[in-house]
Amino acid sequence: MSKNAHSARNDQTQKGQQEQILKVENLRKTFGGITAVADVSFHVEKGSITGLIGPNGAGKSTTFDLITGVQRPDGGEVEFNDTEITGYRSDQVANQGLVRTFQIARELSEMTVLENLMLAPQNQAGEAVWRAVLPRARTQVVEQEKELREQAWEMLELFEIEHVAHESAGNLSGGQRKLLEMARVLMTDPEMVLLDEPLAGVNPTLEEKLIDRLHTLKEQGYTFLFVEHDMDVIMNNCDTVIVMHQGSVLTEGQPDAVKNNDKVLDAYLGEEVKI
Amino acid sequence: MSTGSLQTWAEGWLGNNDVRLLIALALAIGGLYALFSVVLGFQLNGTVNTLRRVAFLSAIYAMLALALNLQWGYAGLFNLGAAGFMAIGVYTMGILTAPVTASPPGFGLPLPVAIVGAILVTGIVGGLAALPAIRLRADYLAIVTVAFSEIVRLTLRAPEFANTRIAGVAFGTGGATGLSLPSNPIRILFYTDPAATAPAPNALGAAIFSAVEPLGIEQTLVIGWAYVVALCLCLGLLYWLMIRIGKSPFGRVLKSIREDQQVTQALGKDTRLFKIKTFALGCALMGLIAILWRLSGGYASPRMFKPIQTFYIFIALFIGGTGSPTGSIVGGALFASLLFEGPSFIRRVVAEYLQLSNAPDTLVGALAELGTLDITPLLAYSVQDVSISALRLMLLGIVLVYLMQRHPDGLLGHRKAIASSVALSQQATREDDNE
Repeated sequence: MSKNAHSARNDQTQKGQQEQILKVENLRKTFGGITAVADVSFHVEKGSITGLIGPNGAGKSTTFDLITGVQRPDGGEVEFNDTEITGYRSDQVANQGLVRTFQIARELSEMTVLENLMLAPQNQAGEAVWRAVLPRARTQVVEQEKELREQAWEMLELFEIEHVAHESAGNLSGGQRKLLEMARVLMTDPEMVLLDEPLAGVNPTLEEKLIDRLHTLKEQGYTFLFVEHDMDVIMNNCDTVIVMHQGSVLTEGQPDAVKNNDKVLDAYLGEEVKI
Repeated sequence: MSTGSLQTWAEGWLGNNDVRLLIALALAIGGLYALFSVVLGFQLNGTVNTLRRVAFLSAIYAMLALALNLQWGYAGLFNLGAAGFMAIGVYTMGILTAPVTASPPGFGLPLPVAIVGAILVTGIVGGLAALPAIRLRADYLAIVTVAFSEIVRLTLRAPEFANTRIAGVAFGTGGATGLSLPSNPIRILFYTDPAATAPAPNALGAAIFSAVEPLGIEQTLVIGWAYVVALCLCLGLLYWLMIRIGKSPFGRVLKSIREDQQVTQALGKDTRLFKIKTFALGCALMGLIAILWRLSGGYASPRMFKPIQTFYIFIALFIGGTGSPTGSIVGGALFASLLFEGPSFIRRVVAEYLQLSNAPDTLVGALAELGTLDITPLLAYSVQDVSISALRLMLLGIVLVYLMQRHPDGLLGHRKAIASSVALSQQATREDDNE
């Protein structure tokens, strides 16, 4: 299967039954002489859990960086909810409702878990310094803070980390940090979340919990695209799987189809693969 | 009571109550200088004046540390150009208020208008100065700002701008000789016509002056203390402002920018805007504080705004601990009283009680004699009037090295104030629901 499988033509015929929330077309990024991402194209369906897999160095994280504005692409287009967001800064991307987590959990370690969560919601009234200070305007800020506090506690309960609410985030265990990062991202009230290896370093019990939450949230209408190395997790939980290799999309499709694709096996065994 | 339990008691009494802590600190510093005055045989007027000077400097450095804390402590913006922004504030105010007929001429505006103008100009210049560097790492911002502050100082000193005319408007910086500033505005409380050379006191002035005259206290000292009281009110207001900002959602974003800018941005915050706003606000405050500083002296000159001025503020901030507004006040007061003013008082006490002669000409000469295990030359050198600034610098260096090694957090930097406008406990959430 090639990238043409998801060309615009195909997309139009599918409209109506399946809405594409994220469309990536011919995305490209080179570092010096190395092409990290070479003409990557794929679409993600709204309300799906899509897996992005591939051997180390396949360009998965760079693709994430390009989509979320951490790095600027050298070419190609990214469209989110029918808005072109190519070259947006990462805060602008997040404001569109597309947020990401990082491969290594990046909790704000000097801040407490609750502060981490309270930071995330977008467009807070008190982010304007005059409103935070002037007495009358501040009542509005305090009202909003109370709402956010309630949301934060609900989120802590959803991820079962309410017992560490007042801890500095830096004191959390590796698994708890992953949970915190997920919770924090959800506090931004996104439509779609990109998860960069959300399960790395997470113990099996916690992993099960996290996946469980993913499905709960999916039912609520969230869309997820996530990078993961554990094949079982990908195959058992994703609606669609995209396989990347050497900066390009090798194949994509239903988990079963991908699993039985010879090229995927070759790529993972380090064979030279013709794309 | 043993020392240990006394310490526990003191920590319990002071540690959790910032107002008590600050009052205790003020009393301790006041007591120390009262003691110095007694040892040096000052009259009452001299003693009260010593206390005034220490209180004045403490308040100024506490405010400067608070403003720098907003930039460095809250947002991690390394502003090494504080002196430059202070100069811009003072000079803008000076040029705006100078009478059109004066030399150098100014715009003849009333003082309050000029102060507002100066705050705006300093804020805008601060925002612009930060613009090219704000996307870079902290150290680049430091380089840009320290260079900027020197450009400001050298421009103010340049004879070309001392008395100039641009686009038909005549004004000037006064060059190296400096610029006259309006007289101390607090005088309006005590005199009917404060601008006159020998003004007549009004009712309040007459009452207070006649009350303190038998004690030998001069009118200028009364005015000086009134100014210090006004400064302390400003300090209180600034402190309140900083705590409010620190606890607001705005402060929360700053805190996260200091920790990890990329993550903050990934959560949808336009970090550049937050940084520029914070930098501009901090600079505007520095401009205002510098105006408060120089208004009591009546003039400004470029040599008051050398980079060392910036380092003084940083040292004050480091002593108190970055990130804590109470720490900034403690640091500012300790810096001004012990490190800035302390050496000259110790010198005078030593000179009073030890008769030393044959002082070497330079600090190097004095230190060289230490090789022969003779500390008299160093002492003799130290008690000279001219060597105080060299000694002060050395002391600052030692304190800085000690702090960085042993207490990198400063005295109160370990404190973690929660950045939220409401209490965050679950209890509080539930109480809300029950309302």
